[in-house]
Amino acid sequence: MNAIRLYGRYASISLRGQMAYRASFLMQTIGQFLLTGIEFLGIWALLNRFGQIKGWTLPEVAFFYGLISITWSLADAVTRGFDVFAGTVKSGEFDRLLLRPRSTILQLFGHELTLRRMGRLIQGLFVFGFAVAAADIEWSVPRVSLVVLAVAGGVCLFVGLLILEATSAFWTTEGLEVWNAFTYGGVTMSQYPLDIYRPWFRRFFLVVVPLGCISYLPGVAVLGRPDPLGTPVPLQWAAPLAGPIFLLACLQVWRFGVRRYQSTGS
Amino acid sequence: MTRLHLGAYRAVLSARFRMLLQYRAAALAGLWTQIFFGLVLIMIYEAFYRSTTARPPMAFRELVSYVWLGQALLAMLSWNADAEIRAMVRSGAVAYELCRPIDLYALWYVRAIASRTAPTILRALPMCVFAAVILPLVGLGEWRLAAPPTAAAAVAFGATIVCALLLGCALTTLSNITLLWTISGEGAVILLTTCATFFSGLIIPLPLFPDWVQPILRALPFAGLVDLPFRVFTGHLPAAAAASILSRQIFWTIVLVLFGRWLLSRGMRRIVVQGG
Amino acid sequence: MAQIIVENLVKTFTVSERAAGLWGAVRGVVRRRHRTVRALDGVSFTVDQGELIGYIGPNGAGKSTTVKTLAGILVPDSGRCEVLGRVPWSDRIAHVARIGVVFGQRTQLWWDLPVADSFELLRDIYRVPQRHYAAARDELIALLNLEALLDVPVRQLSLGQRMRCDLAAALLHAPSILFLDEPTIGLDAISKLAVRDFIKRLNRERGVTVILTTHDMDDIEALCTRVVVIGDGRILSDGTLSELRNRVTRERWLTIDLVDAEESIEDPAVTLVRQDGHRVCLAFDPQRVSSAELIQRITRAHAIRDLFVENPPIETIVARLYRLPAAAPSRAVET
Repeated sequence: MNAIRLYGRYASISLRGQMAYRASFLMQTIGQFLLTGIEFLGIWALLNRFGQIKGWTLPEVAFFYGLISITWSLADAVTRGFDVFAGTVKSGEFDRLLLRPRSTILQLFGHELTLRRMGRLIQGLFVFGFAVAAADIEWSVPRVSLVVLAVAGGVCLFVGLLILEATSAFWTTEGLEVWNAFTYGGVTMSQYPLDIYRPWFRRFFLVVVPLGCISYLPGVAVLGRPDPLGTPVPLQWAAPLAGPIFLLACLQVWRFGVRRYQSTGS
Repeated sequence: MTRLHLGAYRAVLSARFRMLLQYRAAALAGLWTQIFFGLVLIMIYEAFYRSTTARPPMAFRELVSYVWLGQALLAMLSWNADAEIRAMVRSGAVAYELCRPIDLYALWYVRAIASRTAPTILRALPMCVFAAVILPLVGLGEWRLAAPPTAAAAVAFGATIVCALLLGCALTTLSNITLLWTISGEGAVILLTTCATFFSGLIIPLPLFPDWVQPILRALPFAGLVDLPFRVFTGHLPAAAAASILSRQIFWTIVLVLFGRWLLSRGMRRIVVQGG
Repeated sequence: MAQIIVENLVKTFTVSERAAGLWGAVRGVVRRRHRTVRALDGVSFTVDQGELIGYIGPNGAGKSTTVKTLAGILVPDSGRCEVLGRVPWSDRIAHVARIGVVFGQRTQLWWDLPVADSFELLRDIYRVPQRHYAAARDELIALLNLEALLDVPVRQLSLGQRMRCDLAAALLHAPSILFLDEPTIGLDAISKLAVRDFIKRLNRERGVTVILTTHDMDDIEALCTRVVVIGDGRILSDGTLSELRNRVTRERWLTIDLVDAEESIEDPAVTLVRQDGHRVCLAFDPQRVSSAELIQRITRAHAIRDLFVENPPIETIVARLYRLPAAAPSRAVET
């Protein structure tokens, strides 16, 4: 059975398990929806008072907010295996993964498909829907595709970050959460257009951890606004590619980590 | 007898420290994440402030200090139910707690306080060092955590933050108690946490909310959790306001404690009747 | 035909030391001390197809290091290793598809899933064709009596039931080699026998090569024709069980149940192993005095209720091999 079908199997088993606790799942999903909801309410309040942020209006900020919410909730839903990886290594369970004739990455994806992340996903869709309705966007097939590609690229990037975080479990027993700054902090940061931040900050998040490439640049292209940062339009369209490229680099680090694990034992 | 106590206390303390030192990597990672968050929030506010010529209700400097205080004290700014107690309710082990001849409310309340104090202090110290000392050193002085404007303000802050902790723990204990009602309890906790997080000023400082909301915010108990003590620290509220703030905090704490105790007795009866 | 070839395996680990106490923890923040452990120090052996080998040694001797290396999850520092013609760690996925591994203390099944679901998931993971899977599955269910357990979530199984399911799970993909790590640990007597019986049949009737790592010497005596003893990273003995015994000692033990607990048995040909009230255990050399003659002498001198002659337990044999006191306190032996 090929990798995709195997993942499908993992996913259906995971979903079945979660649906068994239906009421609790519903509660947690609603809870997530509300908590992310008040987050956007705060942004709304600020824009209500200040009118705009560096020229960006509420619908435009909502666009960026919705986009990154959708992207992050999708990535968060499939990466629970990497979240708990430090424990997996500590318990020796990783040896079992190595004893199966499948990629360890695939097995870790298959660990769980976390349904309750849907709370944030639904909230993100609401906000994005509001943005689409309120902002003046000239939709076209290319633009819609760009949104899809931005989400896909963004998911790749977040998955890469979470794989990096899991990889650190090969070196320290406590599991480094340094990367939490880039995942959770990165989401908060990407809720606003990148150009509001300081130049050194922007550069980092366009080149090193290219969060700007999967939210800001394609967002600017779809919104049809001239980019205050002055990036050429073709670059804005190609930017989501940074996501998969980043992910490939992270996978290399993972492989290196696994090799090290096999050399030093647990 | 005292010697025995002291020795045992020292042993527990050193064991605790040993454990915390071993988790130095995790601690540093958490510190770094919060620093990052703080910087992002400050930059966002900076962009907002530069986008308008109208005079906002809070000065930028005050807002910056507000943000850093929030990061420094984050460990005590959660009013969600205790994970341990949640597990106890789920497994039914809470029935044993209810059978013990002790004041369960007091136990849970003190536990809430104890579980917040150590982590808060341990996180606040390096956070303040970073925000007050290191930021100016790297040339980002305009983003630094400024000290309270007067000694009176510092004292007022000390008093109000302690009461904020007491109020917050009353809220947390209430959350824990509602868990005794399983499904609907979960829903209640979610509502409680959401309201507390939003109306306390944790998301954004309350003065930045629209003007028509301000009276509602003043009427609710949550402002005393974060917004009021923080604004005393930054000087946005005068130290003299401490008296009214403290009385409001204490009033709401008493209300929540009394309500919590009543609810707990109802909950206990329910558990006993249902057989755990 | 050699399935497993191991030549001069060497593996060293660095273990970081944590000094005790608060001061040690503070020092640990600044500097960590390290110690090198030579887990494998030139291990060599070959295994042919269809062998059932017991791999024994004290804790820390290098058993699990060897098994992990053969399984492909650990890379040695030096030495040659070939399993089924392949270097285990070079092509991990191709290698692990042909072997099965069962850990006695950790199940490979999914905790919340019914056993049958775990089996099906493994079928998909190992890419077993449906026909082969159905045949293997039905056969294993019959052999191991799993019919009643198929719909039970693994977390609700007893230890014995779990082990039987784990054995089946490890064989669904028809591996040529099976590694068993402490398969009977913690099992009740009936389950132990069932597991042993199954392993024996698996090996004798199907020719599955089995490498059995265990502390339970009854497992070894019941199953293994060949025993490899490892200690301190080195192979101390590699041969049949009787060869191992004879190599260490020709000694045999005579256990006597006295009528009178106060008595002690004195005889120039015997050494006292231990005395527990009525029961006395004596060691003697059958070449110096035959068991028949010894029994005659002793029964003439003492009132006996019962007696039996046996070989010294394997633990004693193995301990003598290291010239260390035997592990279990009840078996105090003078070397």
